[in-house]
Amino acid sequence: MFTTAAIVYILVKESWIFFEAVPIRRFLFDTQWTPLFDDAHYGIMVLLSGTLTSSAVALLVAIPLGTIIAIYLSEFAPFKVREIAKPFLELLGGVPTIVYGYFALVFLTPLLQKIYPELPGFNLLSAGLIMGVMIIPYVASLSEDAMRAVPMALREGSYAMGATRLQTALRVVMPAATSGIASAYILGISRAVGETMILAVAAGMQPNLTFNPAESGATITSYIVQVALGDLPHGSIGYQTIFAAGLSLLLLTLTFNLLGHWLRKRFREVY
Amino acid sequence: MNNATASNASAHANLAIKAECRNFGFHYGDFQALKDINMPVYDKKVTALIGPSGCGKSTLLRSFNRMHDLYPGNRYQGEIIMQPDNTNLLAQEVDPIEVRMRISMVFQKPNPFPKSIFENVAYSLRVRGMTNKSELEDRVQHSLKGAALWNEVKHRLNDLGANLSGGQQQRLCIARALAADPEIILFDEPTSALDPIATASIEELITELKEKVTILIVTHNMQQAARISDFTAYMYIGELVEFGVTDQVFVKPQKKQTEDYITGRFG
Amino acid sequence: MMQTQDIQAIRDIIRRAKRWDAFFGVLGILALMVGVLTFMTLFVDMAIQGMGRIDANFFTNFPSRRAEHAGILSAWVGTLLVMLVTGLAAVPLGVAAGVYLEEYAPKNWLTDVIEINITNLAGVPSIVYGLLALGLFVYQFGFGQSILSAGLTLALLILPVVIVATREAIRAIPQIIREGSYACGATTWQTVKDHILPYSSAGILTGVIIGMARAIGETAPIITIGALTFIAFLPPLPFTGVPPAGLLDWLFAPFTVMPIQMFNWTSRPEAAFQTNAAAAGFILVLMTLAMNGTAIWLRYRLRKNITW
Repeated sequence: MFTTAAIVYILVKESWIFFEAVPIRRFLFDTQWTPLFDDAHYGIMVLLSGTLTSSAVALLVAIPLGTIIAIYLSEFAPFKVREIAKPFLELLGGVPTIVYGYFALVFLTPLLQKIYPELPGFNLLSAGLIMGVMIIPYVASLSEDAMRAVPMALREGSYAMGATRLQTALRVVMPAATSGIASAYILGISRAVGETMILAVAAGMQPNLTFNPAESGATITSYIVQVALGDLPHGSIGYQTIFAAGLSLLLLTLTFNLLGHWLRKRFREVY
Repeated sequence: MNNATASNASAHANLAIKAECRNFGFHYGDFQALKDINMPVYDKKVTALIGPSGCGKSTLLRSFNRMHDLYPGNRYQGEIIMQPDNTNLLAQEVDPIEVRMRISMVFQKPNPFPKSIFENVAYSLRVRGMTNKSELEDRVQHSLKGAALWNEVKHRLNDLGANLSGGQQQRLCIARALAADPEIILFDEPTSALDPIATASIEELITELKEKVTILIVTHNMQQAARISDFTAYMYIGELVEFGVTDQVFVKPQKKQTEDYITGRFG
Repeated sequence: MMQTQDIQAIRDIIRRAKRWDAFFGVLGILALMVGVLTFMTLFVDMAIQGMGRIDANFFTNFPSRRAEHAGILSAWVGTLLVMLVTGLAAVPLGVAAGVYLEEYAPKNWLTDVIEINITNLAGVPSIVYGLLALGLFVYQFGFGQSILSAGLTLALLILPVVIVATREAIRAIPQIIREGSYACGATTWQTVKDHILPYSSAGILTGVIIGMARAIGETAPIITIGALTFIAFLPPLPFTGVPPAGLLDWLFAPFTVMPIQMFNWTSRPEAAFQTNAAAAGFILVLMTLAMNGTAIWLRYRLRKNITW
């Protein structure tokens, strides 16, 4: 409770200093992000494009694979497999993201360059792909929990009508677990949007207004890291940008969280 | 148990047998839940399975549509032969899904799917590959009428099944079981979660249904067995104690054990 | 009534449906393999790259401009000290909050709001915590870029984890235990102290370990508060300075931690430093695996030994 209040207080207060110098219109609509140059531009769109592109790549990996794994573990896998796979997924989710970032940079990118030689050494694609793998455990594990919570009586009803496992999983269990699966997806999205180190390490930090994952780019999060690593004095406009960026990020994730909350309420299952 | 079957057989030799347990037994892992059961199920009649809790009546019922195949460690013995094609439902090469398409089931607690009323009933048709919309509509309407639910829901077919009352939900589940034209319907204590009025309507429905389909019902309520069934099987700790025409079993039971249970002097 | 000649048609449909079933079974295993294989590759690749660098000197050397002399001494000491602060701050606070919410707090709109809040906090990106700490601890409170700031930042980050774990562990205790205690004339506090906390301790411990494992690998918030990345000295050991004020010197010392050291090496162009990064990464992964593994094992034991 205190933490939330403090987060909001600090971000708003520090961003205030920024928005006193830079009108909000320029923040939202400028197409360049060059806060450290003499000719400074503050277009958040640039960073947002990087965030959205890398998140989209990550979610294209994590949501389908995570869902398939969840269905498999909940409806298909023998007891033994599930008992081993679930803790393993949890371990996978506990690997520090800096390690994933290192892996994207020194392993995946060279590998992708063999297939697609023009790929730059820093790119949103390999960062996004690894980010996807990082998010799989969250999506899979939470969706699986939601599907497990569907009462056996519903499954039996379906099997008793002569349905196969897949029919039961797709037509009865998944619809019954909609809200839980939706919150799993939302958490996945929040993770992708807020992920920092993988992008800071593997995607480069050049602000770049692009939706092409094969380019390098900066995201809201990696920009914050970049400024924090440099030595801008506290209180300068350049420095205050990170709070404005952080506020945008918080609003973005807050929107998703509220959406998730609403979905849970809206589709709350009554068994 | 063989004598129990044999002594009654002469009384209704002219009835067709729809299914028959032969030396049937069942194991949950190492635990033998049912043993040596021999019992006919007569075509287009209601057969009730009664007995104290834990006697294995639900286990026997769920063997007919191979529900036990869903869980590991379960094992069948003997045979359940289905007529007219003389198929052993328990045989390895017989697909449990095929068995379930021929034998439907209604559960103890109403378990409508989280779908609309229409889709709940259409489900058993869809898993059979039916996609034609007007055919689906016809069959759904027909089944809902068969389950005496049509008039109550015809204006709200797109409502969630879960929004119906308990008794309506159970009739929805009956409609779902009816939709695919099964040869046998299994009822597992279908009224134990319902109030007396809803119970009465379900009982009436079962009596009507036997015109068209063979019914096997598990009930813990002896009055219910007496009211709706043609034949009654009394089970105790995994064995079939007595099987016969319901009136006879209730009025003049052959076995002392059955009499004690029916008259409430049990245990 | 189903006709016997229908059976053939039914069998065809079943065969088709079952083919999809089998296909999906394979798909599921493949999807699982993507996760497993990525992790295996990552682990093995890092082990191969880094193993050559891991020797006693790697643990006892400071970072250096020459890759082959660089070590992680200041990093692992820093990690240890930061974790000490995090643990000291997050565990009492988190457990107290969890106990309060479960055993004391009335169920009203306020607790509802707090509940939503805690779930929301779990979804806030870690870098936002870094910004909070930068504004609050570093500048507002004047703690500077110190072990104290870092430890408190990570404590805030894992607080929701600890609170949720505490609440779940407490909720698993059946109501009859509480009623039994109250029936003996115990106060709420006595019930908590004598029954609730002891019986839920293993569950709480599991949550604490998972939280700490997460904190150990967190990089972004610590970078944000501006932790230096080249530290060739150790902070003073805890409680060794000149009393009374010197006792807390260690808290305000500059520091570095394992993931930051790794990030620093990763962002250098020379291949030799990449090797160092792999070595540091390997040790970091082993640390988190060990911690999470312990937590999972604990929980497994716990589930087996439930006695009520």
